[in-house]
Amino acid sequence: MSGVLVTTTINGDAVQFACPEEETLLDALRDRVGLLGVKEGCGTGDCGACSITLDGRLVCSCLVLAAEAEGREVTTVEGLVEGGKLHPLQENFISHAALQCGICTPGFLVAAKSLLDRNPDPTETEIRYALAGNLCRCTGYDKIVRAVQSAAKEMRAAKPA
Amino acid sequence: MRYESPTTTSEAATLLAGESGEAFVLAGGTDLLVRMKNMMVEPELVVDVKRIPTMRSIEITDDGGFRIGAAVPGVEVGEHEALGRAWPGIVEAAGLIGSDQIQGRCTIVGNVCNASPAADTTPALIAADAQVEIIGPKGQRTIPVAKVATGPGQTSLTKGELVEAILLPPRPANSGDAYLRFTPRTEMDIAVVGAAVSLTLKDGVVSKARVALGAVAPTAIEVEPAAAAIVGSKLDDGALDALVKACRAACKPIDDRRGTIEYRTEVAGVLAKRAALIAFERAGGIQ
Ligand SMILES: Cc1cc2nc3c(=O)[nH]c(=O)nc-3n(C[C@H](O)[C@H](O)[C@H](O)COP(=O)(O)OP(=O)(O)OC[C@H]3O[C@@H](n4cnc5c(N)ncnc54)[C@H](O)[C@@H]3O)c2cc1C
Ligand code: FES
Ligand code: FES
Repeated sequence: MSGVLVTTTINGDAVQFACPEEETLLDALRDRVGLLGVKEGCGTGDCGACSITLDGRLVCSCLVLAAEAEGREVTTVEGLVEGGKLHPLQENFISHAALQCGICTPGFLVAAKSLLDRNPDPTETEIRYALAGNLCRCTGYDKIVRAVQSAAKEMRAAKPA
Repeated sequence: MRYESPTTTSEAATLLAGESGEAFVLAGGTDLLVRMKNMMVEPELVVDVKRIPTMRSIEITDDGGFRIGAAVPGVEVGEHEALGRAWPGIVEAAGLIGSDQIQGRCTIVGNVCNASPAADTTPALIAADAQVEIIGPKGQRTIPVAKVATGPGQTSLTKGELVEAILLPPRPANSGDAYLRFTPRTEMDIAVVGAAVSLTLKDGVVSKARVALGAVAPTAIEVEPAAAAIVGSKLDDGALDALVKACRAACKPIDDRRGTIEYRTEVAGVLAKRAALIAFERAGGIQ
């Protein structure tokens, strides 16, 4: 096969994989790197299930070619865990029952983390706008918003002002 | 498919010109990758422009205007404070595109070159009298944004040509611009109508104005009679009524499930009036 060899950093680790030029980063992360936390809902940028950060910016991995990741830094939901410990967002999604089927959850977590990195104390409206690119057909969103608010509060308390 | 990521615009132009099959520029990919996924296009060559340094930044030009590189994503447009002060209408139009995820990728130039009649930034750029800097196998040329799209999905760019940057003119004191769109949802939706107004005041009176509409014709359109209707006024009711009438007269919209001809025409007038009032206030005007 003709193709590209991509060398990139994923969740802090150097990773190399080969893939066809037209392959999306979503497919490469799932099928070549084995990061199954990245989900495909629509493949067209509408649902946010495939959310990752690329050089620190929140993007839909279904709308990125794998080849574009060359030399860049990718973070997926798997990168939220530190030292085997779930991220406060993950803990709060569980304790607030902010998921049912769970397919949207990794995307919501990555998008919510990107929001809290920029804005540690968002209003409910800011949270709803920031998560407008993530669709959930199960929860009705309220529990997700509460989980993000609660995680934000815990994270602010844990951080010396 | 071949993927290339050159580091200069002339290299990109050479690659595009040399490909005999379908070749596309890849900026943020938020239109192109959707079309590839839906098999609407099957490119032989994709030229990623995000590694071209001259396309990656927003600069203030020697004459005091702005130069926005073609690969600058929406999120960086929104973060640029000087740009937001000078051209809040353009920045708000760019900020309306998609979600935060889309903002991380989408470019203004991609929005213009995709040539959707409903593209949000195009009316705001036309109202601003923005130009695009094009580089091709035969050299460089600069044309107004309004001359890029020639119809839905069609542009005036010839083989091998690509846009390197958007140029915004210097902003005189007491100027303001605004863009408003109507969508059924507040986020993640496509304009049923978009309206942009840019104006400059002298002694509290509108001395210069430009008005543009989106989603009411095959391309975004400039409405000169609407601008003429408010020049010389402080946006009194008479001037605003004339602006509304001129905008409605310029509409040639399609009829679809998102909006009928009558509805789009009606809303175009309403939005243009509201955008004019916001631009006037931003320019420091007092009615
Ligand atoms: C979920 C979602 C929501 C969206 N919401 C909106 C919205 O609210 N409003 C709106 O207007 N649009 C919207 N869009 C469409 C799209 O995001 C915008 O049009 C965006 O600005 C395209 O920019 P891009 O950089 O991603 O373009 P790309 O996909 O990279 O390119 C688009 C087209 O322009 C060409 N092109 C790109 N750069 C150049 C260049 N420098 N020179 C020549 N040709 C070039 C490409 O070849 C391609 O044909 C949405 C898309 C998605 C997926
Ligand atoms: S799978 Fe990428 S946005 Fe839906
Ligand atoms: S939990 Fe099922 S889609 Fe969100």
